[in-house]
Amino acid sequence: MAENGTKKASLVVLSGDLDKVMAAFIIATTAAAMGMETSMFFTFWGLQAIKKRVRTGRGLFGRMLGFMFGHIDSVGPSRLNFGGLGRWMFKRMMKGKGVASLREMRQMAIDLDVKLLACQMSMDVMEIAREDLIDEVTDVVGAATYILGAQQADITLFI
Amino acid sequence: MSEITPDKTLDARGMQCPMPVVRTSQEIKSISSGQVLEVLATDPGSMADITAWCKSTGNELLKMERSDGIFTFHIRRTA
Repeated sequence: MAENGTKKASLVVLSGDLDKVMAAFIIATTAAAMGMETSMFFTFWGLQAIKKRVRTGRGLFGRMLGFMFGHIDSVGPSRLNFGGLGRWMFKRMMKGKGVASLREMRQMAIDLDVKLLACQMSMDVMEIAREDLIDEVTDVVGAATYILGAQQADITLFI
Repeated sequence: MSEITPDKTLDARGMQCPMPVVRTSQEIKSISSGQVLEVLATDPGSMADITAWCKSTGNELLKMERSDGIFTFHIRRTA
């Protein structure tokens, strides 16, 4: 619970798969809608969800990784992707059933004041700069900042 | 129960989880405490979810009914 008595939710988003990122944003927006102070800590593959549509990396390996590292519209499902066909199919089915897109869900999270935190260490390893991430990212932090927030949280999730 | 005239209506028909709840949380802020928000939804999950949202936020669920596949909720802003 926060110092003002508001309940808190704290999510770690490690995965960069469409289905898992979707679940993370659904839970985060719902928690915020229910009056909770909500934060999402994006690390490793999860950084794709808050990355701009830009190529990242400085060195050879970083650029190679940057070539494969996607963004919110390009992430595919954890299973049955079949080189992008699965992503296309899932997105179509979700749209057809009135489910908001990942991009819309992320915007909703921003509108509901969900804090978007990026992991400094993963960014360093994968050669992703602050300017490669969307402007709405609240802060770039380390594990201790996450833990401090999680200590006061009523819900913690690792996705 | 006597009929309540809502002060505002949110049309969440066609929206899927979690949008009816998320949009309700945004719309409730546009009415004053004591006023009533009407929410229309087609998502069957909204029956349980709007109830849970009211319970969590402290707003009062005055009415919940289903007719022709449309769920109508009346929520009084108390929080």
